[in-house]
Amino acid sequence: MTTYIIRRLFYTIPIVLGVLLTTFILFNVVGGDVSDQIAGKAASKETIAEIRKEYGWDKPLFFARDSQFNRHLINAATFDFGRSWNDRERVMDKIKQGAGPSLSLTVPMFLGTVLISISLALIVAFLRGTIIDVLAVLLCVAGMSLPFLSFILFGQYFLAFKWGLFPVFFWPDLSTVRYVTLPVLIGIAAGLGGELRFFRTVMLDEIRNDYVRTAFAKGLSPARVLFKHVLKNAMIPIITQVVLAIPFLFLGSLLLERFFGIPGLGYLMVDAIGARDFQVIGAMTYIGAILFVVFNLITDICYALVDPRISLE
Amino acid sequence: MSEQSKKLPKGRSLWSDGIHRLAGHKLAMAGLVVIAAYFLLAAFIYISELCNWKISFLQWGDKIGREYEPPNAKNIIGTDFLGRSVLRKTIYGTKISITVAFLASILSIAIGVPLGAIAGYFRGAVDEIIVWLYTTLSSIPYILLILAFALVLKDKAINLHWAGLGTLELRGIASVYLAMGLTSWVGICRLIRGEVIKHKDREYVLAAKSYGCGDGRIITRHLIPNVFHIVIIDFSLRFVSFIQAEVILSFLGLGEKNSPSWGAMIDTARLDLPKGYWWEMTAATLAIFFISLALNVFGDALRDSLDPKLRIQ
Repeated sequence: MTTYIIRRLFYTIPIVLGVLLTTFILFNVVGGDVSDQIAGKAASKETIAEIRKEYGWDKPLFFARDSQFNRHLINAATFDFGRSWNDRERVMDKIKQGAGPSLSLTVPMFLGTVLISISLALIVAFLRGTIIDVLAVLLCVAGMSLPFLSFILFGQYFLAFKWGLFPVFFWPDLSTVRYVTLPVLIGIAAGLGGELRFFRTVMLDEIRNDYVRTAFAKGLSPARVLFKHVLKNAMIPIITQVVLAIPFLFLGSLLLERFFGIPGLGYLMVDAIGARDFQVIGAMTYIGAILFVVFNLITDICYALVDPRISLE
Repeated sequence: MSEQSKKLPKGRSLWSDGIHRLAGHKLAMAGLVVIAAYFLLAAFIYISELCNWKISFLQWGDKIGREYEPPNAKNIIGTDFLGRSVLRKTIYGTKISITVAFLASILSIAIGVPLGAIAGYFRGAVDEIIVWLYTTLSSIPYILLILAFALVLKDKAINLHWAGLGTLELRGIASVYLAMGLTSWVGICRLIRGEVIKHKDREYVLAAKSYGCGDGRIITRHLIPNVFHIVIIDFSLRFVSFIQAEVILSFLGLGEKNSPSWGAMIDTARLDLPKGYWWEMTAATLAIFFISLALNVFGDALRDSLDPKLRIQ
């Protein structure tokens, strides 16, 4: 077991290095030196030289002790991403500030989507082949075909603007629950189609097993069979789906945060895109990848703990 | 059909069997008709621009009425803030969306299929490098990866003098489909690799080898044709995600600016909707909805008829 975990840990090193190389090539080699963009139009040569020095663009890219790539590695290892090109604030401070509001949006949204779609999937799988099942699948596909932006815009227009059920926009005086409810509901509505369809396939695989027939034959109620027996046995794909979605929760929601003015990480990224602030986008890309790698590692170790037959190929 | 096929008892190949099953699926056929209509419309717009035809319903830039005219008998879906026809803009938007999604699909297939086939066929060090490459890319959350690529590539002049091609300027939608294509080959690469590993020790490959076929010929003439149904299935299902991604990238200001695309229409409609001008938003939403629905329905049916095993992933 210990050797498995250690070997699995070593296996993540080339992946993390690969992520660093990708972000470096994207932002430093292809993106390159933007000192004139930061300095503004009327900057003197000295200012530009100073900025070039601060961001290290006067150094060679690779193959030197003080090369830009080495600096990139050190920054990543210490989670120090320097200052934003846009407002010169520290990138890490901005990210720390944004994480809270983002999580207050994405965690309830995620839990809601998963709980509702798993419950519905159990019921739909139980009713497989009936008109309700066919209709549910059709509705799922229809929901998946609508653009996310339309969900947000129409939801915000009708529920908040026209009928005034929710606040339209983030307001610092409001309680979190008040301004987060509508974006959470919209997020659940938009995500339900895909999730429900996925979990329906998972449940269908499970519901055809013999033990389900036995449980029904014993005279157990459908609710008990579905929510106790089937659900328990379908836990592995469910847990995988859930654990691997966690890193995305930290990244917030680009579009929902933008439209509802929630000052989270999604909002931060939309701002950074508008200002062409590679510093922020690069840092977010790296952090997102690290979270994904870590949670992938956790899933694999959990598998190995649950199922001793699993080993590295 | 040659004359011989009349005499011989008909054997069913994977393809003819799949197409036969698909033809019996009414919903899928309806989807195919819708998809074909969108593609033909896009092709027609290209041809009419090439031949300089002046067709009234493609003149999206003309002022045809007052500003913000609601839908009426003369202008079926009303006019926008400059008095231009929303219907014409929606029709013209087909060109951008289909072009972006099509080129991005071609690019991702052109990268993913050869890499997957090479990795699966040769195994060893080549395989490890390719697997490392796509594991790295898939560790970066997709939305961040595509944003990073689109942001860095936007309005970039790429120096290709070393290849004798001069400078390649990425204008308009070029950065959008490049970003999508360069980031989304991982899925198809993984599938092709897995399938090639299964196929490479089968009799037909061994027979080809014993005839003295080289590795290149075995991959291109024997292996890839036998796993090509996966490419078709992946293409039809991935196309939807490209159309939806174009909307989001356009909305974030990374897409086409000068001619109407559905994403750009939603972006302008965002400010109009609170004022009650709902028709532009609705038109763009429906245009995206119908092709996405058709592609989802058709892609699912195609997958079920060609490769039932792929159903559960």
